[in-house]
Parts: sequence; structure tokens; C-alpha cells
Amino acid sequence: MTHDHDATPAMPIAGTPDCERALAEVYTFLDQELSDAQRNEIMAHLEACSPCFEAFDFEAELRMVITTKTHSGECPETLRIRIEEKLTYLRIQGSGGIGPDGGGEPGREA
Amino acid sequence: MSRSGVRFSSRALMANQDAFAEQALDYMPQLYSTALRMTHNASDAEDLVQETYLKAYKGFAGFEQGTNLRAWMFRILTNTYINSYRSKKRRPDETELDGVEDFYLYRRMGGLEAARASRSAEDELMDYFTDADVQAAVDALPESYRLAVLLSDVEGLSYKEIAEDLDIPIGTVMSRLHRGRKALQKQLHDFAIERGLADAVPEAP
Repeated sequence: MTHDHDATPAMPIAGTPDCERALAEVYTFLDQELSDAQRNEIMAHLEACSPCFEAFDFEAELRMVITTKTHSGECPETLRIRIEEKLTYLRIQGSGGIGPDGGGEPGREA
Repeated sequence: MSRSGVRFSSRALMANQDAFAEQALDYMPQLYSTALRMTHNASDAEDLVQETYLKAYKGFAGFEQGTNLRAWMFRILTNTYINSYRSKKRRPDETELDGVEDFYLYRRMGGLEAARASRSAEDELMDYFTDADVQAAVDALPESYRLAVLLSDVEGLSYKEIAEDLDIPIGTVMSRLHRGRKALQKQLHDFAIERGLADAVPEAP
């Protein structure tokens, strides 16, 4: 029904200690939170180990999907205009001598 | 500080604030989409973004030029959300993640490569999940995970920046991200099953 590799549900990924070390760092790797030395070590492993490479590649692709699709909402033009107007208003007020804390702008209730 | 000193810094402040308007307005679409995922509501999201800009404008003197303006804007957004919006709609932070292992989705959908010979790898996952799927999966995350995942996966902030924004230790950021990403993968897998794109996985005995 499926090909002979990697297609069963809940498949294991790879099992050597090197694999385990690399797989444990997939998020710190993708999040760019590793030192250069740690990063290079994982890169070297991924070049040598295609099951781990595939798993990392999948996670990287998924991350891109999440980033792209969460950003798809359009920012309403009316909001941009409203904010620009308010900032301009504050700036004009500011040139009248209002200090760093501003003030005067009727605030919403906290 | 002398009076003239104050006046000088106030003039510098105004020049700064002009610079602010130029630089910071570019981030509005990103701030808005994150606000939307935080509040689940377009009208609250608009208010939240507007409040963020007004606070940022007024506080711009405190922004250290040369540091990351985008991260600074997201910090104000996050703080404003936490202080003014979150309490209204507090939901429990826990979610059932027993049996959700690392690489949850890959272990179940990675094998799709076998079946997709004719299509390019990059298109695959992009095509499986709609914008609405991903947004619903993010929306379904418990609050504390959702904030961490939004700031990291969606906005690309560093662990350190997220820790500062949420006022939690870096280790807590990492564990929230870990759990949040698992929950997200599980939710996406559920969507894939509903749509017949993935097989239901029998529960382990």
C-alpha cells in the first residue's frame, strides 16, 4: 500500500546517539538559538543522515507554512489612516511644548 | 538637569518621534496579524494596534536607537495585550498533550513524500493546510503557549526577547514553545484527518 520506507503512521525517525542529539535540538536549531559550534555539528550530521535531514526539512517547511498563513490577514487601510492621523495630531501637540509623557490624548479605560 | 537641558532633550525627542513615525509604521501589518491572533477579534485587534502605536510614540525617547525597533514594538503590543485585553478572556493554560511526541506531524505525514512524486516538496504542506486551518490551530492554543508561539514562529523573535516580553525565564519560553508546537501539530493533524489527508492513528494500547 505504501512504499517500503518511512510511510507508516507514527514512524520512528532515526536511532543513533548522533541522531538523537540532533533531533533533540530541532527547535533550537530552527529558532537560531544555537552557538556556531553546535549549529555546525548538527549541519554536519544532517549532511550525513538523510532521515534526520528529512525530519528537519519537514519542520522547517511547517514553520514556513505557519508563518506565512498566520500573516495572511490584511491590515485594514482605515486602521493605518487612523493611526497616522493620531500620530500627526500628537506631533502637532508635541510641538506646542508637551513633554515626553505627552498627555491630552483621551485614553481608553485601562 | 537644567531647564535648557530639558528643552534640548525635548527637541531631540521630537526629531526622534518623527523618525519613529517613518520607521515604525512599516510594522503595522505584522503587528495587526499578531494582534488578531492574540485577541481573536478584528475590532479588539485594531484597538490593540492603535494603542501600541500611541504608547510607542510617547515612549520613543526610551527606545535605544540601533536596537531592534521591531522587537520593541512587539514588546509593547504584548504588554498592552496582557495588561488590557487578556484578563477578559482568560482560558485555562493546560492542554492534553499526553502521547503527543516530538515530530508528531512528521511521523504521521512525512511519509506523504512517497505519494507525492510528481509535486515539489515546497508546495506540499503549503497546500495541505489552508490559512483558516493554521489560524484556527493557533487560536486553539492555550493562552500562554499561544503568545510564545506567535512571538517565535510567527514573528521570529529570539528566546531572550520573548522572555523579556512575557517576563518569564528563557527556560519557560522554551518549554512553552515546545508544548505549544506539539499542540499545534496535533491540531493540524486533526484537520488533516478530517479532510482525509492523513490516516487516523490508532491509539497505542
